Amino acid sequence: MKVTGAQALFMALEREGVEIVFGIPGGAILPAYDPLIDSKIRHVLCRHEQGAGHAAEGYAWATGKVGVAMATSGPGGCNLVTPLADAKMDSVPIVAITGQVPTPVVGNDAFQEADITGITMPITKHNFLVKDANELVETIRAAFHIARTGRPGPVLVDIPKDVQLQEITWRWPEEVDLPGYKPTTKGNLKQVREAVKLILASERPVLYVGGGVIKADAAKELYRLAVDGRLPVVTTLMARGAFPDDHELALGMPGMHGCYAAVTAMQKADLLIALGARFDDRVTGQLSTFAPEAKVIHVDIDPAEIGKNRAADVPIVGDAKDVIVKLHAELKRRQEEIGGPPDRSAWLATLERWKREHPLRYEQPSDGPIKPQFAIQRLYEHAKDAIVVSGVGQHQMWASQFWRFSEPRTWINSGGLGTMGFAIPAALGAAAGRPDKRVIAIDGDGCFQMTAQELATSTTERIPFITAVINNAHLGMVRQWQELFYEERYSQVYLSHEVPDYAKLAEAYGCVGLRAEHPEDVDAVIEKALSVTDRSVVIDFRCDPREMVFPMVPAGASNDDIILGPEQIKPTKDPSEAPVA
Amino acid sequence: MSANGNGKRLHTISVLVEDKPGVLTRVAGLFAARGFNIDSLAVGPTAEPGLSRMTIVVQVDRKPLEQVVKQLNKLINVIKIVELEPGEAVERELMLVKVRAEGETRARVLEICDVFRVRVLDVTHKTLTIEGTGTPEKLQALLELLRDFGIVELARTGRIALARGDAGIRDRGRRLKAVGEREAE
Repeated sequence: MKVTGAQALFMALEREGVEIVFGIPGGAILPAYDPLIDSKIRHVLCRHEQGAGHAAEGYAWATGKVGVAMATSGPGGCNLVTPLADAKMDSVPIVAITGQVPTPVVGNDAFQEADITGITMPITKHNFLVKDANELVETIRAAFHIARTGRPGPVLVDIPKDVQLQEITWRWPEEVDLPGYKPTTKGNLKQVREAVKLILASERPVLYVGGGVIKADAAKELYRLAVDGRLPVVTTLMARGAFPDDHELALGMPGMHGCYAAVTAMQKADLLIALGARFDDRVTGQLSTFAPEAKVIHVDIDPAEIGKNRAADVPIVGDAKDVIVKLHAELKRRQEEIGGPPDRSAWLATLERWKREHPLRYEQPSDGPIKPQFAIQRLYEHAKDAIVVSGVGQHQMWASQFWRFSEPRTWINSGGLGTMGFAIPAALGAAAGRPDKRVIAIDGDGCFQMTAQELATSTTERIPFITAVINNAHLGMVRQWQELFYEERYSQVYLSHEVPDYAKLAEAYGCVGLRAEHPEDVDAVIEKALSVTDRSVVIDFRCDPREMVFPMVPAGASNDDIILGPEQIKPTKDPSEAPVA
Repeated sequence: MSANGNGKRLHTISVLVEDKPGVLTRVAGLFAARGFNIDSLAVGPTAEPGLSRMTIVVQVDRKPLEQVVKQLNKLINVIKIVELEPGEAVERELMLVKVRAEGETRARVLEICDVFRVRVLDVTHKTLTIEGTGTPEKLQALLELLRDFGIVELARTGRIALARGDAGIRDRGRRLKAVGEREAE
C-alpha cells in the first residue's frame, strides 16, 4: 500500500495504541495534520506547546501509557523543551513529534528552523531526525519502545516537511532493532538472596520507595512485601500513593519537607531497602550524614543510579515489580523456615511513637485567614478518590503532606525538575486519560499564571477538572526562604491576591469561578465545585501568605537537624550563610 | 600512563557505537555535561559495517569515570564500552609536525628523525614536515626535542588503542561495569 509519510505516521501511532495526541499545528507539521482528520486518534488542541507537553506527561502519569505531544518546527519544538526536561527528570514516558523544515533547507536558517534534536539531546532519553520516510515507521516504533521500556523517558521524533509528504510503501516492522538498547529487567536471584539475608538480620529496616514502584505498577507487590515482612515504608514525592498512607506501616513522605517519622526513621535505620528511588538530595539532605548506620539494598532498573549518590551493599538491577516479587517470595520462604519475621516490635513501637508525637500540624483560627493546609485537607475529605495534580512550591508540599493517598497514579507532580506551571496542563492530560476519575489540580497562584491558558482547552475540548488555587499572593516558597534565610528581606515575591481575579478569569475561559475568603466558606465552595461535572472549575482560596511549610530540613543541612515548626527557627543573620538551593 | 596529585589519571576508553548521525555529539555531550575534559577522541569505522569505534582518553577519578561510563551505556547508539588498562593494550597515535629547519639546524632535525624512526613528508627551504607514529609517550618526547627548532604547526590524531591478545571488543565478556554492578545483574 502506498501512503505518504504523514499517513504512515498516524497508521504507526494507531498501531502503537495511541488514543490521544496533545498538540498545536503549524507550518512544518501541516502535512501531518491532514491525515489526522481521518484517523481514530483524538487530537486535543492545546493553547501552548508547553501545555501540550505537560498534558502528555499528565496522561502518561495517570494511565501508565505513553503520552504523545505534537508541535511544529522552531518555536513549536522549543516550547516542548521544558516538558521534555521534566519528563526526563521524572522518567515519564512521552513521545514528542515535531515538524522540521524540509530536508534541502535543514541547516540553512530557514523560517521557523531550530535544531531541535540538538537542543533536546541532553533532555531526552533519545531523539531522532527522520531524513527518509522509508525509516519513519520503524523510527516511531523504536521511539515508543524506548519511551516505555527500561527506565521510561521522553523521546522526540523530528520529521521534515518533505519527509511527511514523501510517498512510501506501508510496512509495519514486527521487531525493533536497537542493538545498543537492552535494559536489564530481571533481578538476579543470587542478589535477591543476599538482600533477604540483610533484611532478616536487620533490626531497624525501612522500605525507601521511589517513583520506580509506580512506573513498574508494583504497588500490590510492594504491599505484600511490606506487610508480610513487617517492613515500615516511606514513600517519596514521586511515590505518593504507592503504599496507603493510612496503613500502620506507612511513615509518609521523607525528605526536605517530609514527616518527622519518615525522615528520622531513615536516619536511624540499620537497613534501607531502596526500591526505584535515587537518593536525591531532596531526600538525603547532607549526604555525608544521611542514614549513617544503614546498610543499603538498592533496586533500580537504571544501573547508573546504583552507587551514584550512596554506595549499595546489595545492588540489584531490574524492574521494581520483578525484583519485589522475588524479594517477597524469598523473604516468605526464609521466614517460614525461621517461624516468621524477626521481632522488631521495639523499632515499630518507636516509629509509632514518632508518628504520634510529631504529626504534621497547623492551626486554623476560626476567624483568621484560610490556612492552605486547611483548604487541602477539606478538599481531601470531600474528594478522597480524586487524582491530585500539583504545581511546584509550597502548595505542592502541603498537597503531598495532607492528602492521604491510597492508590498509585492518583498523585501527579513535577518532582525532579520542579516545573512551575505543571499542574493545569498535566491535569488536562490526566483528565483526558482518566475520564472516569475526578481530577483536582492543587495549584499555586504563581504556577497558575504560567499555564492557565489550558483552561480554554479544557472548556473547548470538554475535559473538565477542578483547579484549587492556593492563592497566597506570593511566590510562596521563595518568600519562605527569604523569611528564614534572608532576614525577611522580601525581594520580588509579591504577586497580589486580587490580580488577576481568578474567579473572573475562570469565567472568561468558560469555567465556573468560585472563591473562598474565610474558613467557614471552604466546605460550601468545595461542595459547589464538586457538583459541577460538565465543565472545569477554578476555586480561588484566599490563603494566609505568612504560612510556611514544615517540617523543613534546610538545603545542605543534615536530616538530623529537622525543623518541626516556626518556633525552632534560628534566623540566619548573614545571607551568605543561607543554604544553597 | 600518567598520574597527577589529585588521584586522577588518564583512562583510555574504547566505545563501539552505531554509525548514526549525532552519535559523536551525544558521547561528547555526556562528558561535557559532567564537566570532564576529553584529552583526545578518535573516531573511525570498524570492520563491521554500520559500526564505529571511538577511542576516548580522559583524565578523571575512578568514581566519576564509572558514572560517565554508566551514562554512556545508557545512550541508545552505544553498543559496548571497554576500558583499556595500561599494559593490556597497544596504543598508537599519528602526528604531523611542521618544524623550522634552515641551514645547519636542518641536519640536526634530520638526525632526530632518524633516531625516532619517523619520516619526512615535505621539504621546503625553511621547514620540514614530519610524520610521527608511535606511542603517545614517544611522540611527546619527539615533540620536546623539535620544540627547540620552532614548531610552525602541529596536528595529532589522538590515541587509538586495541586490547592485547586474541579477543575483540565484542568478545570481551561484558561491557565495562562499575564496582558491584556485575553482581547486580
